Amino acid sequence: MTLHRGRGFAAINYPIGMNLGGDPSQALVHSNPDGKFTVTLSSIDLGQGMKSVTRQIAAETLGIPVEDVYVDTADSDTGPHCMGSFASRGTHRVGNAVIQAAQEARAVMLDAAAEELEVDPADLVTDGQGNIHVRGAPSRSITTMAACQAAQFRQGKTVSGRGIFLIPLSEVDPDTGEMTPVSCFAHAAMIVEVEVDDETGEVSVTDMKSAYEVGRALNPKLVEQQLRGGAWMGMSHAAWETTEPYYPDRAHGPVDFSGYLMPGPGDLAPHHISILERPAPDGPFGGKGPGEMCANPVLPAVVNAIYDAVGVRIDDLPVTPEKVLRGLRAQGGAKPRRRL
Amino acid sequence: MSDGMIEFRKEFFADERDDTLNEIGKPTRRQDILGHVTGRSPFYDDHLFQGLLHMRCARSPHHAARIRRIDTSEAERTPGVVRVLIGRDVPLNLNTLLSLLDFGIDDEPVLATDRVRYRGEPVAAVVADSEATARAAAAKVRVEWEVLPHVLDVEEAIRPGAPVVLDIYPGNRFIYHGKYDHQKLRYGDVEAALRAADHVVEGRYQMSPIEQAPIETCGAIAAPETNDRFVCYSSTQALFFSLATSSKLLRLPSSRLHFIGGTVGGGFGGKVDSIHEPLAILGAMLTGRPCKYMWDREEEMQVGAPRGAERWYISDGVMRDGRIVARKFVGYFDSGAYTRLSSYAIIKAVGHLPGPYTIPNVSADVSCVYTNRTPATAMRGFGITGVDFAIEAHMDKVAEVVGMNPIDFRILNAYRDGDMKAHRRSAKNCALIECCQVVAEKAGVQLSNAARTASSRQGGGGDRGRLPAHTALDQSGRVEGFDTGSYARKAGQRPATQHQVPAPVAARASPATQAASVQSRPRVEETRVAPSASQTTQQPAPPQQHPAPPSAPPRSGPIRFSSLSGFRRR
Repeated sequence: MTLHRGRGFAAINYPIGMNLGGDPSQALVHSNPDGKFTVTLSSIDLGQGMKSVTRQIAAETLGIPVEDVYVDTADSDTGPHCMGSFASRGTHRVGNAVIQAAQEARAVMLDAAAEELEVDPADLVTDGQGNIHVRGAPSRSITTMAACQAAQFRQGKTVSGRGIFLIPLSEVDPDTGEMTPVSCFAHAAMIVEVEVDDETGEVSVTDMKSAYEVGRALNPKLVEQQLRGGAWMGMSHAAWETTEPYYPDRAHGPVDFSGYLMPGPGDLAPHHISILERPAPDGPFGGKGPGEMCANPVLPAVVNAIYDAVGVRIDDLPVTPEKVLRGLRAQGGAKPRRRL
Repeated sequence: MSDGMIEFRKEFFADERDDTLNEIGKPTRRQDILGHVTGRSPFYDDHLFQGLLHMRCARSPHHAARIRRIDTSEAERTPGVVRVLIGRDVPLNLNTLLSLLDFGIDDEPVLATDRVRYRGEPVAAVVADSEATARAAAAKVRVEWEVLPHVLDVEEAIRPGAPVVLDIYPGNRFIYHGKYDHQKLRYGDVEAALRAADHVVEGRYQMSPIEQAPIETCGAIAAPETNDRFVCYSSTQALFFSLATSSKLLRLPSSRLHFIGGTVGGGFGGKVDSIHEPLAILGAMLTGRPCKYMWDREEEMQVGAPRGAERWYISDGVMRDGRIVARKFVGYFDSGAYTRLSSYAIIKAVGHLPGPYTIPNVSADVSCVYTNRTPATAMRGFGITGVDFAIEAHMDKVAEVVGMNPIDFRILNAYRDGDMKAHRRSAKNCALIECCQVVAEKAGVQLSNAARTASSRQGGGGDRGRLPAHTALDQSGRVEGFDTGSYARKAGQRPATQHQVPAPVAARASPATQAASVQSRPRVEETRVAPSASQTTQQPAPPQQHPAPPSAPPRSGPIRFSSLSGFRRR
């Protein structure tokens, strides 16, 4: 038995959002009497952090601390329309809707502050700590709380805002496929290292080194969890998972996690991630969506690494020991390439 | 593991970013994390009403069969069973999510009535006072089957004489724009460029069906609410898709539905077009009690729609110096027995080709193929992951043929700002080259001088930014007799023998009618007029044998999300 090491490379880009039928999301923002804000959405937090990233976007736009914002989502009696959380659209579409709603609410808050301070609202800035002051004159200030109270109890203004972000329907030419599929793309590249056992056909992923370009990492921890988890899923797609092991035959379909295999903690490879941020011109603070694309480079990088290690091309996923052994047998044993 | 294992390369594109923000860019703790880690966040399955009923489905053991008779009497007699639902209990028993966007037509019954088209297709839903009772009674639903021939492979399914999966798609393929049995991409002249290339490299790639595998299986709990409404707690990824689907299938105005969700235990695409909500609400409507419909793990894995299989053929024409001059794709998406979202995934895939590279001649023929397997649906990277696997596995082979380092080869062909893409829009905001460079540096891979100094912001545009002088067009896969907005066989041509349920006729006819009626109107009006005008004709007739549902007032048609009626040609 010999363990063969190989490295494989892949690079991808990824379209953010769907465009079919038009792709809108909406947001509402309003202030409580004490200047704490609620963002109301119908978007779904699947664990990716929808509530958290929209909360940061609202706080940044309103110019208040993140603690002063709460995101309430997905009650159809109160939340405005959202297409949903899929197609890497949440951060981009909903984020933009939240910015628009928060800008409208912020304008009322600043108007109210201006009236209290007897200045021009255009001269006011927020410090992000809960204060509004005259630009260049921090002592002429009012708290966001006092401004919101004044608006609602003295001036008769609702400190609220509405937002929508719509990517219009892209028509598709039947003859050429001409279309405007999406407005921005995320990017990734990756090198994967594998070890292939030429006796058992088993493949283990031993190292991953990646670079992901995400527009802007709105919350670096949320981005990291997406990329780490997504790369794990890519690895799992490459060499573990299928609902139909003998596709197109439907036999031997797994029915639980003892038959449907995924990499466990012992299978995890060290993954060194580099994050690049080229802001999308129409993204919320430049943000794209890291959610889906992070898995994609891993699948081809793994099969390319197996070829590098033993000279066997696996073009049918998932990679299984059986496919590796059949490939080795067909070519009379391992033929390491070592191109990378 | 994360410390020392992640870095932010702020030096790249720094001049395009304002890094002096207050909240953006901070690793702020999640708003909902305390609830999650203490087990207190309410997921849909935490709403266990008093007197909750449980729903389980009886399913087809066959890939394809005609239903002669469904006998629910034994199941109904089981102690604890409150109700057994079959197709005729569903007010509008025909659905497809994309018809809400005017893309495609309803093709899938909620509960099969006359035919099943995949193993696991539901034919009856038992509602009982415990899950165990519902499960036991579902096993007692007796169905008299007439087994039919089936087809499981995409390329077998499109051969002449293959068993027809859905009668409305007689060629087992979705019809695009009423014109072709596949979606085309044509950019330049691929065949001429392949002939002129120094090497032609061909490959065939197969993406496997994959389960989304959320920890929380798909489901919904519905209950009668005060004021003649229904509340529905759901695991949906798309609250308004689920609300609109329920409103449509149950013929209830959206104002009588109260949907609550938003905290979901993983989705990955499998909860976008779920059908649990209308069934759970129907259970609540027909029993007057709270009702839960939740998949177990086996259902999630075998009858829950997976990421569909894809098969791709790629031919590349490449010059000795490594420039790719032609790339041709033939792709088959295995949609399974119904359309669900596969027809759209193909549009997304075609808009993505040829991957992040600037290639002067590109073509693709991509088909949405029906087979007798579990219908496919969205999953992370939908429409992209499978073809990216094919493209990047292929790139490795082509690099070897021209004797180049695989990273140098990617950078040489990478798209740059200002380049023209195959879908005829300019590339901008590119960053592929920089990602390649960072990975090469980290892995100690020696790049060529040209690759090391390349930039996404330089060297693009110019000749690379122009549309091809000539694009070779063709009429392969042309279908006749369809209106621009129709996706299936045109009205009146379908043999009447296959369905007892007349619904598909009406459903099929209406998009064509719609498209015909809007074509004479100016574009701007179309967006407003068409959806409401279609509402009265859009309602398919109910099954003959069952009492007519209350007729909806004209102002309460199904919710539609389309900005245009029909997916028209430009």
